[in-house]
Amino acid sequence: MNDKNSRKKMLNTGDWAVEAEGLVKTFGDNRAVDGVNLNVRAGTIYGVLGPNGAGKTTTIRMLATLLRPEAGSARIFGHDVVRESQIVRQLIGVTGQYASVDEALSATENLVIFSRLLGLGHAEARRKAAELLEEFGLTEAAKRPLKNFSGGMRRRLDLAASLIAQPPLIFLDEPTTGLDPRTRNQMWQTIRRLVRTGSTVLLTTQYLQEADELADRIAVIDHGQVVAEGTGDDLKASIGSSSLQLKIQNPLELEEACRTVEHVLNVKATVSPEGGKITAPMADADRVTDLLIVLRNAGIHLAELSVQKPNQPWMKSF
Amino acid sequence: MKNTMIKPVADRQLTNYVSFGQSVRNSFTMAYRGILKIRRTPEQLFDVTLQPIIFTLMFTYIFGGAISGNVQSYLPVIIPGILVQTVITTSIVTGVQLREDMDKGVFDRFKSLPIARIAPLAGALLADTIRYTIATVLTFTMGYIMGYRPDGGLAYVAIAGILVIVCSWAISWIFAFFGVIARTASSVQGISMLALFPLTFLSNAFVPVNTMPDWLQWFVKINPVSHLVTAVRNLANSGTFGWDFAISLIGAAVIVAVFAPVTVRAYMRRT
Repeated sequence: MNDKNSRKKMLNTGDWAVEAEGLVKTFGDNRAVDGVNLNVRAGTIYGVLGPNGAGKTTTIRMLATLLRPEAGSARIFGHDVVRESQIVRQLIGVTGQYASVDEALSATENLVIFSRLLGLGHAEARRKAAELLEEFGLTEAAKRPLKNFSGGMRRRLDLAASLIAQPPLIFLDEPTTGLDPRTRNQMWQTIRRLVRTGSTVLLTTQYLQEADELADRIAVIDHGQVVAEGTGDDLKASIGSSSLQLKIQNPLELEEACRTVEHVLNVKATVSPEGGKITAPMADADRVTDLLIVLRNAGIHLAELSVQKPNQPWMKSF
Repeated sequence: MKNTMIKPVADRQLTNYVSFGQSVRNSFTMAYRGILKIRRTPEQLFDVTLQPIIFTLMFTYIFGGAISGNVQSYLPVIIPGILVQTVITTSIVTGVQLREDMDKGVFDRFKSLPIARIAPLAGALLADTIRYTIATVLTFTMGYIMGYRPDGGLAYVAIAGILVIVCSWAISWIFAFFGVIARTASSVQGISMLALFPLTFLSNAFVPVNTMPDWLQWFVKINPVSHLVTAVRNLANSGTFGWDFAISLIGAAVIVAVFAPVTVRAYMRRT
């Protein structure tokens, strides 16, 4: 039965670590998260970029079963965060913005307690704690109470605590905020190593540079909504130029139109199927004339044409 | 960090429910955490060490002559009464500390772990039985020093002590509930004291019931604290299990059955 179940899971989950649709969470009048969609492929680093108060933490807390979404749904490796929350908790590690470790206890005691809670035996828990402290360079401080830990040490211990069960998905909420450059680089290396062992990492950050450095794909969040999504290069390109938006009359011609746009403008275009809309960065405005002629000759009729200025509101934050 | 690959999702055995055994194990681990914390900050034991000493001395010498003629004959009345009052008062601290504890980041981690939802609460409450034990032992010891020689013998005194600890653990679920729903630790203290003062003083803990007006006697007789005090007196002074013993245990069970689920629910809703 187990065999069948696991096969079924494999088929169902595909290789999405996170699939979130239309997540909403309000606090009083404040729509902290207002319809967020996120799709994270397993084995990648995904960056959620946004200014303070954009809704990053709230989004992560919903994905990590700490908050119940008011609307929308989210699945972690195919398991619903509300209905199968206990399964989801077996698949994730969460490192919050504020170290979620016990101040009153020592580093070792913290890790031993978390290990015991995760079902490790007494000796096993001690071994695991020692092993993780070694890995994160905290062995010397193992017995000291956390009150005397620096921000970087605390953050490392917090991450170590998230890795006890070797979760396939790790949430890191602003893992480098407040760290000095050297510690920040160490954190980056750690995150890259995590992904090499097969984990998926979803991290939030306020810095475009950090997201670009680490993440395979980035979602930009502002006012509780995803305002841009793509690779670091996509985002940088979309910032650099205006974009051309075309609406095609006949949706069946969408693909051909997209190929034409890419060919003539020599750029990568994106298609949003629901609106039948093609968006392409417009580096050279003169070429648009060529494009329009080619489209008319091919018999592809436009419903709408517009140019979007590069002043993306979320850019002001970075 | 070792570069060994982690176990793929498809190979993991996943369940969406927590077994009873796991709930108990998780709760004991959380209790272990509570004990470590007490060891780290022994000053939080001040109340359970000082209160039994001061209250026992004070109440016995103030009321002894007036109520029972002399201190010696008041001791069998007052020691069980003060024991119940002290230990139940101590259980308020459980709620207050839980409130303080829950505001810390570590509770986020507990929530994100695949553990029994009840464990962080049950564990904290379980660890606090150490506080009740200290208060119980100290109260009986003070009584002994002042000349209290319970006729029930050591074994029955021990049973009486355990009964008080069990009932206080049950009552601490009420204060844990206040702790979870209240906004601040000091409001927990306020609400709890307000509830507890009438309960402990409007009982047979300190004075004979027949000196009170009729309407008050009616309340004192149904007050669960009175039943607990009577049960302790019966055990310690004459070595008998009375009907009050059963009522106390049933009352404790009812409190846990009602307040444990609502507290866990409230805890889960808090963000």
